[in-house]
Amino acid sequence: MLNRQSVLTFFLLIVPILLLPGAVGIMDQRFMQRIATVLCINLILVLGLQVFMGNSGILSFAHIGFMGIGAYTSAVLAMPVRMKSMALPDLYSCLATIELSPILAILIGALVAGLVAALVSYPLMRLSDAAAVITSFALLVVIHTIMVHWSALTNGPRTLFGLKSATNLYLAAGSAVVMVALALFFKESRAGVLLRAVRDDEIAAVGMGAHLSRLRWYGFILSALMAGFAGGLWAHFITSFSPNAFYLKETFVILGMLIIGGSLTVSGAVFGTFAVTIAYELLRFTESSINIAQLFPKPVVGLTEVVLACAMIATLILKPGGIMGAREIGHWNIFRKFFPDKNV
Amino acid sequence: MTGQIVQFGIDALSLGSLYALMALGLVIVYGILKLVNFAYGELVMVTGYTLFLLNGSPLPWLVMALVAVIIAILTGISTELVAFKPVREKSVTAVLITSFAFSTLLQNFVLLFISPRARQVPLPDIFTQTVELAGVIVPLRNLLTIACAFIMLGLFSWALKKTVLGIALRAAASQFRMARMLGVPANLIITTAFAISGLFAGVVGILWLGRIGSVVPGIGLEPLLVAFIATVIGGMRSLQGAVVGGFLLAFVDVSLNYLLPQHLLQFRDAFTFSFVILFLLMKPDGLIPGPASGERT
Repeated sequence: MLNRQSVLTFFLLIVPILLLPGAVGIMDQRFMQRIATVLCINLILVLGLQVFMGNSGILSFAHIGFMGIGAYTSAVLAMPVRMKSMALPDLYSCLATIELSPILAILIGALVAGLVAALVSYPLMRLSDAAAVITSFALLVVIHTIMVHWSALTNGPRTLFGLKSATNLYLAAGSAVVMVALALFFKESRAGVLLRAVRDDEIAAVGMGAHLSRLRWYGFILSALMAGFAGGLWAHFITSFSPNAFYLKETFVILGMLIIGGSLTVSGAVFGTFAVTIAYELLRFTESSINIAQLFPKPVVGLTEVVLACAMIATLILKPGGIMGAREIGHWNIFRKFFPDKNV
Repeated sequence: MTGQIVQFGIDALSLGSLYALMALGLVIVYGILKLVNFAYGELVMVTGYTLFLLNGSPLPWLVMALVAVIIAILTGISTELVAFKPVREKSVTAVLITSFAFSTLLQNFVLLFISPRARQVPLPDIFTQTVELAGVIVPLRNLLTIACAFIMLGLFSWALKKTVLGIALRAAASQFRMARMLGVPANLIITTAFAISGLFAGVVGILWLGRIGSVVPGIGLEPLLVAFIATVIGGMRSLQGAVVGGFLLAFVDVSLNYLLPQHLLQFRDAFTFSFVILFLLMKPDGLIPGPASGERT
């Protein structure tokens, strides 16, 4: 069960998320709205990655693939019927007449992503270290290949269009709050604690009866569910997208957020997402200002990624656990003084 | 019928040679450091862009190719300095991420300073000529690839067995700590491993470019994946395993090319990788498990 510190962590972490709609409301600008919404969606993705990576210690590249599954599933289910004949002319007839409400479609998308993860990943959970990472990378490639070539469902490598916009900032921020709670709850749950025990000392934990592959499997499914949910939200925000949105570039950004913030804690995921988003938008602004001012003969592309890559390497060299380190924000000594834990 | 068999044999053998060289370049680093180099594919990219930048210079093509391979070797060594050395003692995941970040860094430098679009590389005529062999028309570059791979594999295995550095490399791969105690200089061995890795990637890069003719910033992804999968099939820690894995993967790829109907052919990669995942279920350590030690630095 959640102890006092975790509850405190939860309330401290949702403060910045709840402040977002207010801050954007004051500034009242469309592009701020966009940045804040994408931030909340990215936050859900980063939290999902943290659930698996933070607790099991295994890097997963497949995460963004599940985001793609959630996005395409929700898109196919929620697209207006008359748009389907244009956007997806080869769609199977049983799906062509369905039009669900976007929220329901997003939830089903998350479930499908979780289901796919459950079916595919169980055997992979036996692998550790490098082999696990390489197979998760292979899994991302498999999912990407299928998305690019299953034209009947995804419109192939071309852009899928015709979705109604359904995600707004309030929905995204609300979902992010729920996901923070979910990630914290998993961390403190029996499965989460055991999973971290396996991470820290595999032989001892397994010797005491922890079921290694099943524990990792639970974490992986929850992580895929969250990624699928974020994918659905994103699809109904951006309304037209192609499979390339769910590949290495996005993986890199999400991973960068988690690594810089610190993958061991939920606080790290939240902090990293906010910090990297702000830095990213500032850099992108610089990049486009340079291009508009035509300081260089060619347009500048890729500057943001270069800086993010350097920041990731620097973080891992200087502070391998990320900026937030190993303790959740609610466990910091400064808060311990004000909210003493009666259980300890 | 014999024609088809010859065609199939040469296709599989030449692709296999290429895959085996790629896998070997990756596994030489993994074998010693137990670290996966995600920036390995970018060495191929660097080779391609060096060739592109040298295009139009008065140098003969062979010298340009040599320069490109040397640049790949230097990039390999700089990978070690930037992405590996500072985090070598930390977790496996940390090194994976730094090398992934370094690969993104290199790619975006190219985007920033050259162009996101494909660029032609200079190639001599030998890469486009064909010869007739047992009644089949075979591209000369396939035969060139096979010859190149066998020469390199031969030289490499000779160097591993007979030279002092080669023996030290093998000792470090099986028991790194013990080798260090017996006076094998760790930093020299690690740098050598990265240099050899760069050499293989450079040669593979030239042969790979000979097949496709142009270079894009994302060119490294496919060689990287191939090398990953071949090493996983072969057994992550064994050099022979990498070669066997490379040839096996090429055999599966070429067979699927011949067997799959047209509308499924586009899913070939998905089939190949699913095969790999299934294979790992049965043999998690790969075909040739290699020395049993797992310790690093």
